[in-house]
Amino acid sequence: MIIFDTIQTALAQLSANKLRTGLTMLGIVIGVGAVIALMAAGQGAQKGVTKEVSGLGSNLIFVEPGQTEQGGRFGVGAMTLTTDDAEAIKSLPYVDAAVSQFKLDMENQLVGNGRNTSASMTATGPDFPYVRSWEVEAGRFLIDDDVSRKATNVVLGAQVAEDLFDTPQSAIGQQVRLNFGPFSLNLTVVGVMEKRGAGGSGDEDTQILIPLTTFQTRIPFGRNPTGEENIGQIVVKATQGGKVDETKDDIYQLLLQRHDYTEDFTVETQEDLTATARQVSRTLTMLLGAIAGISLVVGGIGIMNIMLVSVTERTREIGIRKAVGASSGNILLQFVVEAVIVTLVGGAVGVLAGVVAARIANGQDFGTGSPVTTVVAPWSIFVALGVSAIIGLFFGIYPAFRASRLDPIEALRTE
Amino acid sequence: MIRLRGITKVYRAGDVPVPALQGIDLDIERGEFLAIIGPSGSGKSTLMHILGCLDRPSRGTYELEGHDVRRMSEPQLARVRSRRIGFVFQSYNLLPRLPAITQVELPLIYRGGNSRRRLAARALAEVGLLDRARHRPTQLSGGEQQRVSIARALVTNPALILADEPTGALDTKTSAELMEMFARLNAERGMTIIVVTHEPEVAAYTRRVIQLRDGRVVSDAPPEGSPTPTSAPTDEGKEAPA
Repeated sequence: MIIFDTIQTALAQLSANKLRTGLTMLGIVIGVGAVIALMAAGQGAQKGVTKEVSGLGSNLIFVEPGQTEQGGRFGVGAMTLTTDDAEAIKSLPYVDAAVSQFKLDMENQLVGNGRNTSASMTATGPDFPYVRSWEVEAGRFLIDDDVSRKATNVVLGAQVAEDLFDTPQSAIGQQVRLNFGPFSLNLTVVGVMEKRGAGGSGDEDTQILIPLTTFQTRIPFGRNPTGEENIGQIVVKATQGGKVDETKDDIYQLLLQRHDYTEDFTVETQEDLTATARQVSRTLTMLLGAIAGISLVVGGIGIMNIMLVSVTERTREIGIRKAVGASSGNILLQFVVEAVIVTLVGGAVGVLAGVVAARIANGQDFGTGSPVTTVVAPWSIFVALGVSAIIGLFFGIYPAFRASRLDPIEALRTE
Repeated sequence: MIRLRGITKVYRAGDVPVPALQGIDLDIERGEFLAIIGPSGSGKSTLMHILGCLDRPSRGTYELEGHDVRRMSEPQLARVRSRRIGFVFQSYNLLPRLPAITQVELPLIYRGGNSRRRLAARALAEVGLLDRARHRPTQLSGGEQQRVSIARALVTNPALILADEPTGALDTKTSAELMEMFARLNAERGMTIIVVTHEPEVAAYTRRVIQLRDGRVVSDAPPEGSPTPTSAPTDEGKEAPA
């Protein structure tokens, strides 16, 4: 029997029961659509993370307190790095610049111009724009004088400036008040940073930057118990022309020596961060795919169910076909083709739905403040279509086998 | 053409073996037109299923055109059904929703080959239903549906046509027309036609009547009122049911 006839018969059969076919297909549409959309979200997260890390600048090395292996012990509050460590790092070869900073990721209330917004805070130094390859849009950045005077000057992120003063220019010279917990800090705006946009981490534009010394003076936990000035992170920029890994080793050896051979810090390059982030988001992608895959399997079971019903209903038809010369193989093929058509068409519609859903979700923040990036990888479309065809085969073959094994005499006797 | 020797068929109803055929010996020549009659339960349907290669005997040999059916695999049986045998059933057994022309084409799909539409149209013309080619079963009368099923049986030009109670659902007049059609096919195309029936009037159209009872052949003779079965059987048959 020619495959074309089988397909034609299958199409006729499927369109004769449009509602049933549609509902059965829906299971596959949802499954494939979910796989495509969630994989796109996972891929987008992966791409976003890579972009975010590379958006930090170039040739960067990050020194942070605590050990990655013992994160719980030191945690965020670990205070093992000092400004002296940062100064020591600056004297290493291949170190272009190093900036000490303390970043408070939590969002605090910021009041200015009679308006309210929330911002995270980074305490840092004059080298920040150079190290991070990030310039001011208006006014100026923090200067050495701000640091030595422990001045209450502040540079706003683009979003913060827009929220409070509409334009970067109008923010310069204005007063703002930062509230966090029982503390509050009055600050004078001296500059506004360039907009980083949604490509990087969303909160880059919603932070404010103050001098590190001001932070250490005004905020009680800015100092560690021994009285040394502690810092949350040292961002080191290696000189152009590589040697990042070598510099990383140098920093490691230097700090180990300075810390009496206690490894209470971590040194990571941008590559390390990207690799870790990629690992995490790859796992995330796989996890999302697996969850979506479950709905695909459920859709497949729906197909098997409806195929079994169909075989029972069409017992007589099977008997007639056998009597006029159909072999068991013809019947088997007939039912398998029907199942595969349902899954392939459902898969195609699902791919379309998934791609559309991913497009719509792209750039939306769903009220969380950080926009979702979605990237539909071409391979995920082929995988989804392939998997749905395999599901059609897998869940279609048993009902088809049952159909093909029917005894024609028994089948013809059925009413 | 057909040679049955010691054919038995035993069904199992639970643990109890139920014998349906108990040793049938039968020879049928090419071009014969014969009826198998008998009361219900006499095994005539079982015999037809075996003759039609839809079922295999429990014991005995069945040679169809020199081939031992018992040795054939399932795909081989399907091939025989597809190429050598045409079926006509009491309940027509047309597929719902399909137009007549497609019904007739069906065996050709499984047989393979070209110009299917043309062959199907020719078969429909032979049963006088070419003008109904686009009609679906629900749009056709019982007699017309049965003629479509005859066209479907004819279309592969089989050597053997098996009709299982073909007139069972038809009125007397339509039955007569149908049997005349079988007689004509037998006479003009030389097809071997076996009709299973329990109506003596239907059997009277044929030239040989095999009577079954309890799974055995109890008589094998020309139909009653037909002393010379070889001379003008179709004319004789026409008058019989009147």
